[in-house]
Amino acid sequence: MSVFKTLQSTVFVVAAAAIGAPVLAQDGPITVVSFGGSYGDSIKQAYLAPFQQESGIKANMVDYNGGLGELRAQVESGNVTWDAVDMEAQDLVRACDDGLLEPLTDVVLPKSGDGSDGAADFIKGTLNDCGVGTIVWSTVVAFNSEMFQGKKPSKIADFFDVDRFPGKRGLMKKPQSALEWALVADGIADQDVYKVLATPEGVERALAKLDAIRDHIVWWDAHAQAPQLLADKEVSMTMAANGRIYTAAVVEKKPFVTIWDRQIWAEEFWAIPKGARNLDAAKKFISFASRPEQMAVQASKIAYGPARKSAAALASEEMRPYLPTDKANFATAIHNDVEFWADHGDAINERFLVWLNK
Amino acid sequence: MSDHVVSVEDKAVLKKQLSTALRLQKFRAVLLVAPLLLFVLITFLVPIASMLTRSFYSPDFAREMPATAATISSWSGTDLPDENVYAALVQDLTSAQARKTIGSIANAVNMEVSGARSLIMKLGRNLDDIDPPYKQALDKLDPKWSNSETWQALQNLTPEYTGRFYLTAVDLLSDGHAEISLQPEDRRIYAPLFLRTFAIGAIVTLICLLLGFPVAYWLSALPLRYANVLMIFVLLPFWTSLLVRTTAWIVLLQNQGVINSLLVWAGAVGDGNRLPLIFNSVGTVIAMTHILLPFMILPLYSVMKTIPPSYLRAARSLGANQLTAFVRVYLPQTKPGVAAGCLLVFILSLGYYITPALVGGESGTLISNIIAHHVQKSLNWGLAAALSALLLLSVLILYWAYNRLAKVDGLKLG
Repeated sequence: MSVFKTLQSTVFVVAAAAIGAPVLAQDGPITVVSFGGSYGDSIKQAYLAPFQQESGIKANMVDYNGGLGELRAQVESGNVTWDAVDMEAQDLVRACDDGLLEPLTDVVLPKSGDGSDGAADFIKGTLNDCGVGTIVWSTVVAFNSEMFQGKKPSKIADFFDVDRFPGKRGLMKKPQSALEWALVADGIADQDVYKVLATPEGVERALAKLDAIRDHIVWWDAHAQAPQLLADKEVSMTMAANGRIYTAAVVEKKPFVTIWDRQIWAEEFWAIPKGARNLDAAKKFISFASRPEQMAVQASKIAYGPARKSAAALASEEMRPYLPTDKANFATAIHNDVEFWADHGDAINERFLVWLNK
Repeated sequence: MSDHVVSVEDKAVLKKQLSTALRLQKFRAVLLVAPLLLFVLITFLVPIASMLTRSFYSPDFAREMPATAATISSWSGTDLPDENVYAALVQDLTSAQARKTIGSIANAVNMEVSGARSLIMKLGRNLDDIDPPYKQALDKLDPKWSNSETWQALQNLTPEYTGRFYLTAVDLLSDGHAEISLQPEDRRIYAPLFLRTFAIGAIVTLICLLLGFPVAYWLSALPLRYANVLMIFVLLPFWTSLLVRTTAWIVLLQNQGVINSLLVWAGAVGDGNRLPLIFNSVGTVIAMTHILLPFMILPLYSVMKTIPPSYLRAARSLGANQLTAFVRVYLPQTKPGVAAGCLLVFILSLGYYITPALVGGESGTLISNIIAHHVQKSLNWGLAAALSALLLLSVLILYWAYNRLAKVDGLKLG
C-alpha cells in the first residue's frame, strides 16, 4: 500500500507540474485561489498587491471554479500547492467537516478603525473555525427594462407570473435558490421556507410551482451566461449573482434592473488547506485581508458587501445602493441555509435532476 | 575457413549469439519507449486505476467506526438494533469527536440517507449528556434515531468491499439483505442519462458520417494543392477554443440570433414563433456535430487517399454503372476509415460535457455532467468512480462488438 501511496503522490506532483500549478519552496511565495473574472481582479487590487508591498511576501493568484474536488485531491495526496482559498459557505462547511482545512481560530483579526474588537465587527455567521469571512453576495432576480414597456416587475412572485410579465425566465441548472423562491411565490412565509423544503412534500410543492412556468424557463450553467442572456433578450428576467448585474448595468451601461426582493444571500470565506506549505504566510495574508480599509477597497471595485460592518461604512456612497447589505435592499433578504443544503442537498439535487429530465 | 562446414556446436553458439543480439535490440527498443510508457503509466493508468478502486473499495467507515461495524453486521434489519449497537455507536462517535473526524462520518452517512448529517452532528454535540440506556437517550435526543432507515444506512456503509455504488449507478435499491429492487420512478436518474448519452452520441456520429463522407471524398479527389487549402477549413475548428465555438453557435441559433432573424426577415416563420434551436437537444447535436466533424473527416480522408482511382475506372470499363461501381468497389474500401471515424466520434461524444451543459438547456445533462458533479460538488467519489467504470466498460464492449461487426482487424483505438 505504501508503494501505491508513493506512486500516487508522484502522480499528483507530475500532474500539478503538468497543469502549471507552482510547486512551492518552503518559504516561497503564497498561492491565493479565487474565482477569477472581475471578482478576481478586485481581490488582486484590494488584497494581493498591497499585501505584497507591505510584507514583501510574493502572492500569486490561481483561478478555480469552486467545488472541493481539487482541494480534496491535494490534501489526500499530501501535495498541497494552494495556501489561501476563497470558498463558498457550503463548500467551507463541507471541507471543514471532512478535515480538509486548517483551523483558523488563531488568525489575528485587526481592530476596527474606532479601536473595537475585530471579531465582533464581523457580520454574524462570517466567522467559522475553518474560515474568515470576506464578502456577502446574493442571488437575485434581474430584468431587462427594455422588455417591459408598462409595469415593471418588482417582487419575486412576478418572476413566476408569466401572464402579467411575459417573456422567458433564466434559471441556473441547480435546485438552490430556485426552490426557495418557488415556495415564497407559492405563499410560504420566509422563515418557514427551509422547514417546508426539508419534507418531500415541500420539494414537490416547489417543483409544481416551477412546473407552471416550465415552458418559459431557459436553463443556464455558468454565472457569466445570466447577463449575456439578458443582453441578448433571450430571457426577460433571470436569476443572477448581484455583482454580475452591477458590472453589466453600471460599468457596461446595460438597461438591467435588480429585484432585491427575497435576495438569497450567502457568505464567502478565506480558508487554508490542511498541510499548506506556507501556513504562517497564508495566515498573515488572511489577517491583512481582514482589515476594514482593505475590504472597503474591494467594495469600491465590485458590488459585494464586505463581511465587516465597519468596512461597509467605509464603502463609497455611489456603491452603496448596489450592495446586498444596504438597508433598503436587505429588508426581505433570505439567508442561504448552508446547514440545510449540507443535509438535504444531495437528495434534493437527485429529485431535481429527475424532474428536469422528465 | 571458407570451406569449413558449420558443425552442430557452432550452430548452437550462433543461435545463442543471435538471440543475445536480438534481446539486446529488444531491450534498447524498450528503453527508447520507456519514458513514454512510464509517463502513460504514472499520469494515466495509475490515477484511473486508483479512482476506479473507489467504486468497490471504501474502508474509511469501518476504520473510523470499528465498534459499530463489528456489532451492527449481525443486526437483522427488522425493528431496531440492540442496545450494544447503540453503545458502540456512542463509543465510536466519542473517539471520532476527539479525532475531529465526526464531520466526515456524518457526510458519509448523509449520502445514504438525507438529513443524517445534522442528526449525527447533533449527537456529537450532546455526547457528554448522553447516558445509558442509550436506546432511550438517543430517541429522546431526536426521534429520527428510532427510524430503522438511519441504522440501515450505517449497516450499508460497514463492508470494506461494496457493490452499493454500482447499484446506485444503475438505479437499483438494496435494503442490505439481498433484496434488490428498482428505485421508485421519481428517483431514477442514472439509467436514463446513460441512455440519453448513448442516443446523442449515436445521432452525432450518424450526422458526422453523412456530412463528413462527401467532404472527405471531394477532398481526396481534388488535386493536392486545392485539397490542402480546403483542408485548412476542416482543421480550422481544431484551432479554435471549444468555448468560442460553442458560444458562436449560441449567437447563431438563439431566439434573437442570426438564423431566426433571417427566417423572420424572409417571412419563413412569424416573429412570434421563432424556432427553438438552442438550449435543447437540437442545439446540443448541432454544436457537437460541428466540433467533432474533423474527427470523422480526417480518418475518412486518409483512407480514401490510398484508394487508387484506377479501381473505379476499371469497374466502369468492365460495365458497372456509376452507382454500382461506387457501392460495390469504392465503398467497401473506405470501411476502415468509416469504422475509425465513427468510433472516434462516438467515443469522444460520450465524454462531452461542457457543450451540452452550455447549450443543452434542460436536456443538456449527460452522464459526464453527473460524474463531474459527484467529483466536484457532492464529493461522492465512490459513485463517480462507479459511473465512470460503467461508462468505460460500455465503451470497451461497444468497441469490441463494433470491431467484430466491422471486421477491421487492423483498426486500433488511437
